[in-house]
Amino acid sequence: MQVPAHFEYERATSVDHALALLAKWGSEARVVAGGHSLIPMMKLRLARPEALVDINDLEELAYVRLDGDALAVGAMTRHADLLASPLVGEHYPIFHEAERVIADPVVRNRGTVGGSLCQADPSEDLSAAFAAVGAAAVIRGPDGTRQVPVREFHTGPYETVVAPGELLVEVVVPVRPGGWRDPVQGAQRRDRFEAATGGISERSERGWQGPGGGSAYEKVERRVGDWAVAAAGAAVWLDGDTIGDAGIGLTAVGAAHFHAPEAERFLRGSPATDAVLAEAGRIAAEHCEPVADQRGPADYKKHLAGELTTRALARAVKRARGEA
Amino acid sequence: MTTVEQPPIGFGRMHRKEDARFVRGRGTYVDDVVLPGMLYGAVLRSPFAHARIVSIDTAAAQAHPRVKAVITGQTLEGLKLAWMPTLSQDTQAVLATDKVRFQGQEVAFVVAEDRYAARDALELIDVEYEPLPAVVDARRALDPDAPVIRDDKEGQADNHIFDWGAGDEAATDAVFASAEVVVAQDVLYPRVHPAPLETCGAVADFDAVTGKLTIWCNTQAPHAHRTVYALVAGLPEHKIRVISPDVGGGFGNKVPIYPGYVCAIVGSIVTGKPVKWMEDRSENLMSTGFARDYHMRGEVAATRDGRIRALRVKVVADHGAFNGTAQPTKFPAGFFHVFTGSYDVEAAYCGVTGVYTNKAPGGVAYACSFRITEAAYLIERMIDVLAYDLDMDPAQLRMKNLLKPEQFPYPSPTGWEYDSGDYPRALSLALEMAGYEELRAEQAARRASGSDGPLMGIGISFFTEAVGAGPRKHMDILGLGMADGAELRVHPTGKAVLRISVQSQGQGHETTYAQIVAEELGIPPDDVDVVHGDTDQTPFGLGTYGSRSTPVSGAATAVVARKVRERARQVASAMLEVDPGDLEWEKGRWYVRGDQGQGRTIQEIALAAHSSLELPDGVEGHLDATTVYNPPNLTFPFGAYICVVDVDPGTGQVKVRRFVAVDDCGVRINPMIVEGQVHGGLADGIGMALMELIAFDEDGNCLGASFMDYLLPTSMECPSWELGETVTPSPHHPIGAKGVGESATVGSPAAVVNAVMDALKPYGVRHADMPLTPAHVWRAIQGRPLRTDLAIT
Repeated sequence: MQVPAHFEYERATSVDHALALLAKWGSEARVVAGGHSLIPMMKLRLARPEALVDINDLEELAYVRLDGDALAVGAMTRHADLLASPLVGEHYPIFHEAERVIADPVVRNRGTVGGSLCQADPSEDLSAAFAAVGAAAVIRGPDGTRQVPVREFHTGPYETVVAPGELLVEVVVPVRPGGWRDPVQGAQRRDRFEAATGGISERSERGWQGPGGGSAYEKVERRVGDWAVAAAGAAVWLDGDTIGDAGIGLTAVGAAHFHAPEAERFLRGSPATDAVLAEAGRIAAEHCEPVADQRGPADYKKHLAGELTTRALARAVKRARGEA
Repeated sequence: MTTVEQPPIGFGRMHRKEDARFVRGRGTYVDDVVLPGMLYGAVLRSPFAHARIVSIDTAAAQAHPRVKAVITGQTLEGLKLAWMPTLSQDTQAVLATDKVRFQGQEVAFVVAEDRYAARDALELIDVEYEPLPAVVDARRALDPDAPVIRDDKEGQADNHIFDWGAGDEAATDAVFASAEVVVAQDVLYPRVHPAPLETCGAVADFDAVTGKLTIWCNTQAPHAHRTVYALVAGLPEHKIRVISPDVGGGFGNKVPIYPGYVCAIVGSIVTGKPVKWMEDRSENLMSTGFARDYHMRGEVAATRDGRIRALRVKVVADHGAFNGTAQPTKFPAGFFHVFTGSYDVEAAYCGVTGVYTNKAPGGVAYACSFRITEAAYLIERMIDVLAYDLDMDPAQLRMKNLLKPEQFPYPSPTGWEYDSGDYPRALSLALEMAGYEELRAEQAARRASGSDGPLMGIGISFFTEAVGAGPRKHMDILGLGMADGAELRVHPTGKAVLRISVQSQGQGHETTYAQIVAEELGIPPDDVDVVHGDTDQTPFGLGTYGSRSTPVSGAATAVVARKVRERARQVASAMLEVDPGDLEWEKGRWYVRGDQGQGRTIQEIALAAHSSLELPDGVEGHLDATTVYNPPNLTFPFGAYICVVDVDPGTGQVKVRRFVAVDDCGVRINPMIVEGQVHGGLADGIGMALMELIAFDEDGNCLGASFMDYLLPTSMECPSWELGETVTPSPHHPIGAKGVGESATVGSPAAVVNAVMDALKPYGVRHADMPLTPAHVWRAIQGRPLRTDLAIT
């Protein structure tokens, strides 16, 4: 039986209380949410926090709702709840597809959206999915609330912009035309959202009027519940047969900030053909720097980055066309 | 699966008697044992695969307020316990004194008031190491410049352990020299781990007043452990009691004596308190008995039309840092020489070379039937390699070469005598169940369509096992013959208690052995209590592994029940006042020949046997009996497996679509339990074929030391199993049973690998080693397969 080193345990009753506890313990404290990564690391004594601040009682952070122009996901939302949310499925099937391949039901019942992002494992799935759709992280600290695009959230393996004393409270996902029923209204909402979040991607020259958007997630794992060998998420907004905008998220393949900006740039304004999607995959793979491990050699992971990007894009396009 | 309301009086489907406590969480495992004043042990392990120990400073750990003792190799040297014998007549360090020889090796043992303190104190022990180059690649262990691992052994100047061969080498070479076709293939069965859900552990309680040592330990062989403790530690055997309580899976992992057990015993003697030691998951995967690690080169000599004439195999066997394999003494490669499998060949020869490497010791574990897993995998892979080269259908090729029913009992070219079998019948049934022709047609249509969809593959495996070790004139472990005892008592009210020497780790002995007694005596299974796992309460025997329980102890149970039946006849004759020779037996009852109404049930006889009934001279009262069963031969279960896979060529992912398994284990005592055993073994096979692996990096770091890294299959990787059966009773076993515990683990990996290779045939792939992870399948398609036993770089 593996047992952790000594630590103090605090249980927060509100976000303010959690912030106060974090202030009290400083940089030696760790927040525990689902605990599925932190507790095993503590039992292996790879992590040795002086104190744990347990935020599992913070029901106020467990929600999935449409909040103005965005899908708002509370940081304490369990994976299982994200997977079960029809609202999420309606706007972004990518999240349901990603959740279905995250660990197993036992872990999904306990693990949280916020915990997954903050753990910042370089093979984590939601990081890629949120990067693909251009989400923003809402962080609270002693000095108030700030928003950081998910694409700037991770500063390295197991490192994020969340400072000691701060707490990730929410992730907001722009609900965009195509994914939204009224494209004109949607475009206005998008502008407002971009202003709020600091922009999710470069602005498309072709604007945002399109028949539809779609998203999808593709993952290769050695066994169900394993971390990804490689995974790719894609979100596509079509303007007729042309790609109006696209987002690509990648995990476990050494993609900087879990996304593929070069491939996204290539796609914008290009026709949504198989050849274009394959080329986008090639470009995405070219910019990845995967590391060999027991999940596979680097050449294979690089291949998968391309293959899975292309497959995710193809299914996202199908969805955008209403074909799937 | 059929559920049964009324348990059968004898063989048949019935729910397992032991499950009532297991499904309620009321089992008692070693870690559930809590004794007054009990202390907790923890093992300090080596971070290096090979290093000289310069110094060990335990002062800070000793000073920890909750630490009661710190034991090192030096402490043990004083007790002459720093080294212990292994089950293969080698020596193994209990706690390292001179060098550490694998990552995870035991270096020191802390005894403390609780687990946390014990673990904390490990960090206070300061060990200075001088790292040495590690021997990681078994194929290079005998290189002249390889560092010598076992410099503790006098005269050991290299990493060579043994050379062993079986068969007629000259005759085999002669057939090869004249063969029309010869195919050769390097085949690796990589290192895997049994990974039982319950890790190994012990509670040792030495009573200084009585001098009695009681050890609760989840061992598969409690009697063998007791005798070894007596021989090694010099403790009198009657003062040692080994209790193996409920055991959460063994698969061979729980056969050996591990250093942690010895440390717990020493800890209890030193502190005067009971000491519990339970290893954690990483310790289990890093340091306890692994399985396989056979680097094989197989060769087949055949005619152009696919008649197999001879087989030749060379093996480099990686035994790790200490030769600790558990196997019968005369067979350093276990029963690998059953590698001619199910086929009629003119000649065969295998040569096995055992080598030391800087890896954990072990070797025979994971439901392997003493290396038959490696043998069955090799031959079944080689058959498909031959089929590939001859462009023949692998089913036809097998059918052409299978032994014929009339050839049994069959003396094999490597010295076995197969007891019984009808191989073509089993293969035909499997082909029929699978719809083999339709599957081949579907595959052909898919290939012809040129689509870039999944690649379909069909794989066959036909295996023959040799289990139930074994006849004592041929087989022993550390000099202990492999016969097993049984005792049966019938109480006055006709209820019974059976005491057996084998130990269940989940096999359902409490049910099946009660069913054997029921079949023989007509006492309902619920009226038969089966006692096992306690050396003070059961007769001597060598334990449960190698699928030996039913072939050996199952036979002992039938024999002892028949002895009771004969005793009951004598009592019944007194009751009925007829000559014993005039009595006939029907299940549960002796009656007078010619007058079926005149009879006495076994329950009535039991009561009379304990009553004041006057018995003839020479007839003892009561109905108790004992026996020792020495099997005349092994039993030879067999089966035909067919696996269908779909492979995604873009990602290398393998999906097992179907799995058909026809098993012939002779007479089935409880078909439900047999099917459960087969289900588990098939899942094992998918695991080994597709994901399970313990690899090492160039420094000897273990890359499979957690369940994040060592992947076990789940139900999601398993299709709905399609099971079939044929029944060919063993002619020499009292109830015709053959044992089935390991059949599916032995037979299934080859079916899965053959299916994947069949799928990749259009890419010109003839062979790739296990495990066939997505990465490895993709690299095989690229023509650049991975070396799976080494770290991926």
